[in-house]
Amino acid sequence: MNSQTLKLIGRRFFAAAMSLIFVIVTVFAITNVLPGDATDAVLGQGATPQAVAVMRHDLGLDRSVFFRFWFWLWGVLHGDFGHSLLNGLSVADAIGPRLHNSLLLAGASAAVSVPVSLFLGITSAIWKDTVYDRVVSIMTLGMVSVPEFVIATMAVYVFAVRLHLLPALADVGSVHSLRQFLSVFFMPVASLALVTLAQMVRMTRAAMADTLSAPYIEMALLKGVGPIRLILVHAIPNAIGPIVNAVALSLSSLLGGVVVIEVVFTYPGISGLMVDAVSSRDVPTVQACALVFCVTYLFLTTFADVVTILSLPRGRKA
Amino acid sequence: MIAMIGKFRSRHDRVLLLIVFWLLLALLGPLCSSHDPGAIGSQPVFSAPSAAHLLGTDYLGRDTLGRLLNGIRHTVLLCFASTLVSCSVGTFLGIAAVTARPWVEALTGRLADGFLSIPSLLFALLVIAVFGTSTTALIVTMGVIYTPGAYRTSRALAQRIARLDFVTVARARGESTPYIILQEILPNMTGPMITDVGLRFIYAVLLLSNLSFLGIGVQPPEVDLGSMVRENMLGMAYGSPAMIVPVVVIGVLTVGINLALDSSSGRR
Repeated sequence: MNSQTLKLIGRRFFAAAMSLIFVIVTVFAITNVLPGDATDAVLGQGATPQAVAVMRHDLGLDRSVFFRFWFWLWGVLHGDFGHSLLNGLSVADAIGPRLHNSLLLAGASAAVSVPVSLFLGITSAIWKDTVYDRVVSIMTLGMVSVPEFVIATMAVYVFAVRLHLLPALADVGSVHSLRQFLSVFFMPVASLALVTLAQMVRMTRAAMADTLSAPYIEMALLKGVGPIRLILVHAIPNAIGPIVNAVALSLSSLLGGVVVIEVVFTYPGISGLMVDAVSSRDVPTVQACALVFCVTYLFLTTFADVVTILSLPRGRKA
Repeated sequence: MIAMIGKFRSRHDRVLLLIVFWLLLALLGPLCSSHDPGAIGSQPVFSAPSAAHLLGTDYLGRDTLGRLLNGIRHTVLLCFASTLVSCSVGTFLGIAAVTARPWVEALTGRLADGFLSIPSLLFALLVIAVFGTSTTALIVTMGVIYTPGAYRTSRALAQRIARLDFVTVARARGESTPYIILQEILPNMTGPMITDVGLRFIYAVLLLSNLSFLGIGVQPPEVDLGSMVRENMLGMAYGSPAMIVPVVVIGVLTVGINLALDSSSGRR
């Protein structure tokens, strides 16, 4: 690692910090621009002026926007996301266990989709323009073209309704054995993995195909390097950067997918909480969930860029 | 007929053709159905296709075909409107970034980076939580979400064109900036920007379908393709067309445009 690489990484972290500030400000700003405020939503139209005044004071709504922003940010930094407008419970307490469930689902799906898509992506780039490549290409194009819920509902239709093999709902509380674990998690994990897989295969294939079309590969071929050595020694080391980048970027599409999958299977994760909070306009919960998602997304995209920087050949010397 | 298809050889022509087709279907489709899409008759629910109801009935015994045509209308028109918003605002800002003072590019570029660091579905959820699910709110939300992408495309295009010789010549001739933008840069951007419209349109269809499926997009009694799947989920057990057909239509819509975008035989 040389000073230039360090400088690039430093710049990337600075950009990530800027994005983080932007995200925090945006999340707060969007949820505070409304002319009416939370008191209307909670107390309804028949509220007495006194009740409204008391509640406004409790929520700090009678103070300036800047004061409220710092107050909110201070709480967030200390793990306090405020209280739900719906039931008055602490948002952080509601999110905690659900976040754990969501990470479990996302992690399991990534563990399935990453190896499979690396295999499919790399092999279809190697056997470019063959029947195999065409089939993979058409199937993944089809999968990125349909909304996430289609894949999940199809899975429910086939496995739960037609074949009666698996439960249609993910009852996480009933997991006591490996068999139960598999039967509960198979469909959500498989659907989510399929959703991310398509994108990942396409990007991996593009990265690998790009490397394989480089002049030095042709040179190696002309030199008489065997096909296995060509792929493993010449092509893959140079394609790793773009491929890891593709994987990390596709993993961020997990975030969109996880929302839909959790709702379809009524999986007790953080996005189910968020969708409910959106329908009931429970702003503190929405804020907190949005922040959690955005920070995860930011982390993944930054990670992808750092790997790309580290894999640049000019950074490897010295 | 084949000669006509042959004419639409370039990629953006085919994308344009598909979008026009869906727009016509959205505008004229509901007129073709003789059933009142909202009418709840005495028909059984989730009935199989018959002569009276070509696609059977839905969970309230309404005519599925009539609902479907209305759903297509909402999905296509809402998404098209939001795509128009994002692509026109994006193009405007992209050209401004290239032709105006440097601080314009710095500011818009940073803003676009910032917005792109928020996942689109999350952004939509956040905005809908505050502004609700009115038609205007949905169009504006989706318009804002896809503006940074359109901005980046148009900025890259305008940058490339602005460096070409004919622009330099026009500038040396003493043409004004508005003239250069309208006569030299914009006409050369149209083709690639139509391709971009196709892409944003698909994104919008996917997002709106997901939102409506989650119950926070188009609200009853109105219907779009996503909410149609949602309300007919019970029909899944009977393999009802009311639940399956909208899924297929979404697939045909997005895969079709994607294939047109993906085709490499086009001029560019």
